[in-house]
Order: sequence, then C-alpha cells, then structure tokens
Amino acid sequence: MLKTMTKTFAAIALVSTALFAGSLNASAAGGAEAKPEAQKWGFTGPFGTYDRLAMQRGYQVYKETCSSCHALEHLAFRHLGEKGGPFYDAKYPNPNDNPVVKAFAKEWEITDLDQDSGDPIERPGIPADGFPDIFPNAIAAAASNGGAVPPDLSLIVPARVGGVDYVYSLLAKGYTDVPHDFKLSEGTNYNKYFPGNQIAMAPPLFEDAVEYADGTKATTEQMARDVVEFLAWAGDPKMEVRKKVGFATFLFLFIFALLLFMTYKEVWRNVDH
Amino acid sequence: MSGPSTYEPKYAAERWLDKRLPIIRMSVDFMGFPSPRNLNYWYAFGGILTLCLVAQIITGIILAMHYTPHVDLAFDSVQRIRRDVPFGWLLQPMHAVGASMFFLAVYIHMFRGMFYGSYKNPRELLWIIGCLIYLAMMATGFLGYTLPWGQMSFWGATVITGFFGAIPIVGESLQQWLLGGYSVGNPTLQRFFSLHYLLPFVIAALVGLHIWAVHHVGQNNPIGIEPKSKSDTLPFHPFYTMKDAFAIAVFLMIFALFVFYLPDALGHADNYQRADPMKTPPHIVPEWYFLPFYAILRAVPDKLLGIILMFGAIAVLFVLPWLDTSKVRSMRFRPITKWFFIIFLINGFILGWCGAKAPDAIAIPIGEHGMTFKWLSRISTLYYFAYFIPILPVMGWIEKTKPLPESITKAVLSGDA
Repeated sequence: MLKTMTKTFAAIALVSTALFAGSLNASAAGGAEAKPEAQKWGFTGPFGTYDRLAMQRGYQVYKETCSSCHALEHLAFRHLGEKGGPFYDAKYPNPNDNPVVKAFAKEWEITDLDQDSGDPIERPGIPADGFPDIFPNAIAAAASNGGAVPPDLSLIVPARVGGVDYVYSLLAKGYTDVPHDFKLSEGTNYNKYFPGNQIAMAPPLFEDAVEYADGTKATTEQMARDVVEFLAWAGDPKMEVRKKVGFATFLFLFIFALLLFMTYKEVWRNVDH
Repeated sequence: MSGPSTYEPKYAAERWLDKRLPIIRMSVDFMGFPSPRNLNYWYAFGGILTLCLVAQIITGIILAMHYTPHVDLAFDSVQRIRRDVPFGWLLQPMHAVGASMFFLAVYIHMFRGMFYGSYKNPRELLWIIGCLIYLAMMATGFLGYTLPWGQMSFWGATVITGFFGAIPIVGESLQQWLLGGYSVGNPTLQRFFSLHYLLPFVIAALVGLHIWAVHHVGQNNPIGIEPKSKSDTLPFHPFYTMKDAFAIAVFLMIFALFVFYLPDALGHADNYQRADPMKTPPHIVPEWYFLPFYAILRAVPDKLLGIILMFGAIAVLFVLPWLDTSKVRSMRFRPITKWFFIIFLINGFILGWCGAKAPDAIAIPIGEHGMTFKWLSRISTLYYFAYFIPILPVMGWIEKTKPLPESITKAVLSGDA
C-alpha cells in the first residue's frame, strides 16, 4: 500500500509534467497564423548531424539572397570552417587557414581603421572578422525596409517558436494569395505562418534565384530547406559535439549508477529495510 | 552535534590535531550521524540539492569570467560564451538548465517534507530555514534570468519590479531605488549581476544552518515517529551516502538529458532575441518554476491584491508548522488529509498550467462559453490557501488517524515502513 502510494505520486508527477510541458509549447501559438508544417530534418534526434552539403548550399542562398538585408550578428567567417561547420576541412584544424573560408571572407568589405593614418578604410575580410553589419544602425535598417528592422539570422531558428519548421514554412509555403476577407496594410505581404499574417519582407525566394554549383535544382522548397539547414547550424553550432559528449556522459552515468546501485545493495545486504 | 562523540584518534598526529582543532572528530561525527533506517528515495533530495548548489556556484563563477553586465554587451557575451569560449557550450546550458533542476529538486524536497510532516515539532526552525532558502533561490533565479538580456529577461524584470510600484505611498520611490532609474536599464542589470553573485553564498550559509538544524533534531522519516532505540537508526555513512549517491547518479541522467539533448526545452524562444525596450512580447511568461505564483498574481483583478496573494502564498509556508494541528506527522496515517494533500499537489500543477496560458483563453470547454484560465486559476488559488486554512487546522482536530507503529524497527520488520 505504501509502495503504491509512492508509485501513484511518481505517476502523477510524470503525467502532470508531460501535460505541463505540452501546454508550455502550445501556449505560445494561437492567433490566426497557421501551424508550421513539420519537416523531416537530419539533425534532430539524439544522433542527428547537420547535412554538410545542404549547409554549403544554404550559405550560398544566404550570401546571394538574404544578406542584402539580414546580418549574421554572432558569426565570424572562421566559424564556417570550424569543426561541425559547413566548410570544415580536416586538413585545416585552424579554420583561419582554410582556403575556402579565406575566399569567402574576401568577398566581404570590412570597415576598419588604417593602421598608419587612423582614417576609416574598407578592406577585404579575413577569417577572423565577424560577418559585417548590413546597415549602420537600427534606424537606417528600418528606414530602408519600410519601418521593419530585418532580424539577425544567426539566432533566427532558436528565437522563433516552431524553430526550423517555422522558418522553413514561412519561406517555402507561407506566401499565398491574400484571403478575400483579409485587409492587408500597405507595404506588407501576406504570409500565413507569420504572427498576424502581415510580414514586411517580400517573398525572398523564387525558382532559380541561385545557381547551385553541385547541380541541385534550385526550387523554392530546396533553397528554403538548404538555408534553414545553414541557419539551424548558425543558431546552434556546437550541437554535434554536444550530442557526442552527451552520449558519452550517458554511457558513463549508466555504468556509474549501476556500480553505485550494486554498492548500495551490498552495504545494505544485512540490514532489513 | 547530536549525542556524544564516538571518535577515537588512532595515531599520534590525529591526537595532536584533535587537541588543537577537532576537525577530524567533527567530520567523523558528521558522517556517522544516526539516521532512521527507513528513509526512502524521496529523502535523497537533500543531497541532490547540495550538489545542485555546488554545480551552480562552480559553473556560475566560470561564466562570470566571460560575461559582461552591460546592456549593450550582455546578450552578445552570452552568445560568445556559447560559441567561442572553450566548453562554454557546455557550461552555459549547465547553468541555465541547472537552475531548473535546482527548482525541480527543491519542489520535490518541499512536497516530501509536507507529506511526511517534517515541519512539525521539533523541526519548525529547520522548515523555516528551508523556506528562507527557497525564498533566496527564487530571488537568485529571477536575478539570473535577467542577465542574458533577452526579451523575456528584460520584460520579466520589468513586470516583477513593477510589483513594488504597486505598494501604496512608497511604491514608486521603492521601485526606482531598486531599478536605479525610472525603468529597467543598465544600472538595473549591473546591480542584478552583483546580487546574483552574492545571493548563492547567502544560500550556502543558510544551507549550513539547515544541515546543522537537521543534525541537531535528527531526520524525520516516512512513518514520522522518532527513533527510540539504536536499532531504529543506521549511521549516515556508508548507508545513506551510498543510497544518496545512487539517487544522485539517476538525477544526473535527467539533468544530462536536458543539458545535452533538450537545452532549450525549459526556456523561451523570445530570450534568444536581444532585449528591446520598445517592443513588448505578446505573452510575458516567467520561467516554469514561477508559473504557479504568476497564476495566483493574475487570478484577481486588483494589482495590489494580486501581489499580496502572491507573497501570501509564500508567507503561509513559514507558518505551516503551526497551521497543521495534527499530532501525527506522516500523511500515511492520516487517511483523509492525505487526499487533501494529493489534491494540493495536483492543484500546484494546475496553477502552473494557468500561469503559462493567457487568462482569457479557454481552459475547460464546459458550459456555454467554457471556463477560462482566469476562473480556473481563481478556483486553484482558493484551494491553495484553503489547504492551509482551514483544511489543515480543522483536519488536525477532527480526523481519526490510523494507529502508529510502536517503533521504526517494528515497522521495518513488518514491512510497513
């Protein structure tokens, strides 16, 4: 009877926790926007890893399409060549030596000071530089974009409820015809996944907006998937090492707990309890 | 601490030290602390909580070496910790998830104390020190959540400090004094960081008192009767060190599950957005461990009354030892009150659910319009307080309790402990 009590408690606690966790996620939704379409991603699950080639294509989409308005505030070029990054090369453990990364960095203009005169100059980027700001400040960003500041993309996936599925759905499927009873404000576009359904960003992706070097056909869905793969990494670049260390930790804890349990049983062997 | 010391120094060096500073004697007596032999796994949470505190302090000290408490730099410095600082990707989630685990463990520890009547004579002060620890934990948790300077950090801080503004007469000036300005800003962040670093050491000191008190009065146990003979107890080491160690290893697996595989599950997406004083998030929600109190706060339409109720919900815990009039400690022998307790436990989850939802959303689709979360939280708030007054005092007077076993040993041998 007393044992069952304990079990009842444990069951109540477990069920309530599950219900409660479910309600937490659900609470953020609501309103007229549609629920994002659940997609299959290779990086979810306990052993999931990012798809290197998809990330590389995603970087191309970012560079050629998104980067005219959106910054990657928390990324440096060297991150692209770090272990787990899209352009990691085992030959270059220090990503600053990675020629691909060097070449990418060079494509960007970086504002700096001339080391002799102190005058402001523009120079090509090096791997150690951070991705530059697109606009000099938030006011300028809003002024050039109809009053809406384009959000930073390096955290766009973790910063949105729905994460990867939300960003994918918004880009690939969200721009539909305006429902006849919906009144769209000037300067906005209808997007069925965006909170409030009125988004300042014009449809960013269209068929063949980029030309993939690996011959992949650049459909809207394909580009959306690729750029989301890249942005998922940008938001959580240490995911792969975290999961690896996590697995080792579990293995250790499991064996350790087993040994402790056996020790505990041995210590208590001659005690009635 | 309790009972005469049993330590016999064996070597000359030990004798020399024992005469001057009996530190080994203290440790030996501490570890040999007689503990009731029928403690179950719910009693492992004291040890688990000690581990949580130590883990938070260690990870916190390292994080503070890399964190910058400035409104323009705080958000970026947290991202830098997660991306560039060696093992920052591990330490930052350990600290953030660690706070949740700390609260999970403290809630289990508190409910365990309430179920087995561990707050009753002579353990009233032990319970009150525990309540003070919980209060200090809530303050520390709140201050710490402000530091990453995300949207929820900023707006959570704005809402919580707004409580003080509702106090009549002195409210406004008190709020400004706390914030260091008219609204949450850089002075707020800097003092919150300073206090967030200070309070854990206050908690550590209180934990010291808490452990001292438990060693003085002895642990309660699942059947709630005092040990009477030597056979009723076992030395803490090795019996409970080993049992606790196993429980800690299991607890660490739950901890690791969140740190490595679900680091964001207990947080809010909005906190990955930099704090923006010009943009209010659609729903401001606190961390999960504050949700029941948030529901109580929002249950009444009047702001001041809501705040009084919320603080009252915590204050009532301090007088619990005197509200429960029953002579019998453990709910195992209280057939009716036990069910009131179980409802109280479920009610806590319902309050948490209400705190996470918009007050006007429909909670239960009954009747013509359904019951909103506002009304559900009102009913739950009522039950929360009703449990303390009048249910506990009245049940103590009228309930017919089951007969108590003669001793812990007898109960253990008859399989009833």
